[in-house]
Amino acid sequence: MSTENLFNKVWDLHTVGKLSSGQTQLFVGQHLVHEVTSPQAFAMLRDRGLKVLFPERTLATVDHIIPTDNQVRPFADGMAEEMMLAIETNCDEFGIELLNLGDGRQGIVHVVGPELGLTQPGITLVCGDSHTSTHGAFGAIALGIGTSQVAQVLATQTLAMNRPRVRRIEVSGSLAAGVFAKDVILAIIRRLGVQGGVGFAYEYAGSVFDAMTMEERMTVCNMSIEGGARCGYVNPDQTTVEFLRGRDAVPSGESFERAAAWWLSLASSPDASFDDHVTIDGSMIEPTVTWGIHPGQSVGVGETILGPSEYPVEERAGVTEALEFMGLEAGQGICGQAIDVAFIGSCTNSRLSDLREAAAIARGQKVAAGVRALVVPGSQKVAAQAEEEGLDRIFTEAGFQWRAAGCSMCLAMNPDKLQGREMCASSSNRNFKGRQGSPTGRTLLMSPAMVAAAAIQGRVTDVRQWDTVS
Amino acid sequence: MSTNQITELQGRAIPLLADDIDTDRIIPARFLRCVTFDGLGEHAFEDDRLQDDDHPFNQKCFSGARVLVAGRNFGCGSSREHAPQALSRWGVIAIVAESFAEIFFGNCTALGIPAVTLDRERLEALVGDVERDPAVTVTVDLENNEVRWEQTSAPSRIPSSARSALVSGDWDFLSQLLATGDQVRRAAATLPYMAGFPGS
Ligand code: SF4
Repeated sequence: MSTENLFNKVWDLHTVGKLSSGQTQLFVGQHLVHEVTSPQAFAMLRDRGLKVLFPERTLATVDHIIPTDNQVRPFADGMAEEMMLAIETNCDEFGIELLNLGDGRQGIVHVVGPELGLTQPGITLVCGDSHTSTHGAFGAIALGIGTSQVAQVLATQTLAMNRPRVRRIEVSGSLAAGVFAKDVILAIIRRLGVQGGVGFAYEYAGSVFDAMTMEERMTVCNMSIEGGARCGYVNPDQTTVEFLRGRDAVPSGESFERAAAWWLSLASSPDASFDDHVTIDGSMIEPTVTWGIHPGQSVGVGETILGPSEYPVEERAGVTEALEFMGLEAGQGICGQAIDVAFIGSCTNSRLSDLREAAAIARGQKVAAGVRALVVPGSQKVAAQAEEEGLDRIFTEAGFQWRAAGCSMCLAMNPDKLQGREMCASSSNRNFKGRQGSPTGRTLLMSPAMVAAAAIQGRVTDVRQWDTVS
Repeated sequence: MSTNQITELQGRAIPLLADDIDTDRIIPARFLRCVTFDGLGEHAFEDDRLQDDDHPFNQKCFSGARVLVAGRNFGCGSSREHAPQALSRWGVIAIVAESFAEIFFGNCTALGIPAVTLDRERLEALVGDVERDPAVTVTVDLENNEVRWEQTSAPSRIPSSARSALVSGDWDFLSQLLATGDQVRRAAATLPYMAGFPGS
């Protein structure tokens, strides 16, 4: 029985050799591509006259720039149309499968991979997108890469990497009602900082993770990058196996049982060693909301925002800048903060369970006057299933706009944008200045249930006081 | 001798000593609406510049400066290579900071942009000197792991793999990775999932 942790086992299995720089050449089991970070990579291949080495190991989708209301081609936005044409031509020329808008399986790249069963334990998975860490929920090494590396993976199915250290983050106990996976990762980042994870892969473990669904694990792993970690993962267990059973890209019958046995064998052994260890009491985690301009600047919904003088010296300038940009003051609670926009979506929180949690809040209610509220499902499959359950009607009857799948207002590369200094309650992952499309727009990150509650009240609300929350 | 070797770079400096500058700020997402990296340079820090006339990237005295001096966790957030591409096209040839986010660091190395770290005290001294006299020339010396300006020479750090890649000129990893074609296929063949979990 190996006493290694999962990360090191999977790393060793995928090591092709050492490069002259001392870096590891790592084999990539699955590559995912989207329209924004790939055109220049395909151009690099073309420039050098290279082919894609394992085209069947790359899957492409479109998510970042697509409009979520009117998707009739050609798009009204000429540049978006040009980017669509580029990925269509590139996939066609290099023999890569593309989940295009008419496919029925299109969606945000990090929602689509797991949904189709492409994301599996024990693989290495990369994508030209930092939130590739999402896929670690399955016990994969899942890394976001730059465009030059996208070209390298296309041409060689490998990548040059330094092995990170592994930090085990154990969240013990259990979560209170109204506290979600989003709150867990916001609490972890608040505790360890936005650069606390630099040089590390995060292994998430403990009773809170054992009890989580795959969708919840994905929410946490998704934001590993916001904590500075290179990636994050959860050990595969029976929950992982059952999620994958029957999915398109997963073997069936006896092969599935063999696959499952292999997956489970990769989990970190109980006596595995780690480079660092952190324990957090899950029962102490509150619904958490960011008040600042990076995801580490957050408070429990029942707390007040601290002033710069209460932070370590080196963080004070950043806190002052954040309070000023957000128009918030030290000593103020985040609860009750008025909002203009509510966004439920993004690869962090746009899966079926997220929409169900938000719909449970929205059912029979009305979005507050003056609040613009959007629900953007993570994929066409999520959308179809939500519609089958009637979630779309719950949302539209409450006054939310029900949109087509895509990244939308998570980064506002399509027409879904904040205007001016609008304040947005958002289930996405980044509250950076300008992130949601207006240079002065402001973002409060929180769980989808909290966003739904904020939309209805017109202000940040403690979802634990909602009587539908069980 | 490879023509790609990067051992020592020199230029005037542009000081931007703030922490947690994310790649959305370096190049806002709307400029990612493109199929080439051309033309990104003029949009570097565009939104920050619009909101702050005194932003260093707006100041005449720093135009033409080629060494960017930044704070802690520079380049965090999105993996967009558009960020270092924009800085590079703006004219930046090297970055000196307290620390870097990892994907951004890797992207810089892949473009042949050395990203080295200095401790905070020395960074502050450097910024002080450059603000006093923007004409100061800063040297980033990878061979000796030093950043030098005026009378000062400060020890700098960079992960050894990146340093060796830059100094040897092997920072174009694509050629190196391509050289191991057969080995890649052999490694792939040992992975059970590559063959659909065959029975024994
Ligand atoms: S939803 Fe947001 S974070 Fe996720 S891939 Fe799209 S733009 Fe990136």
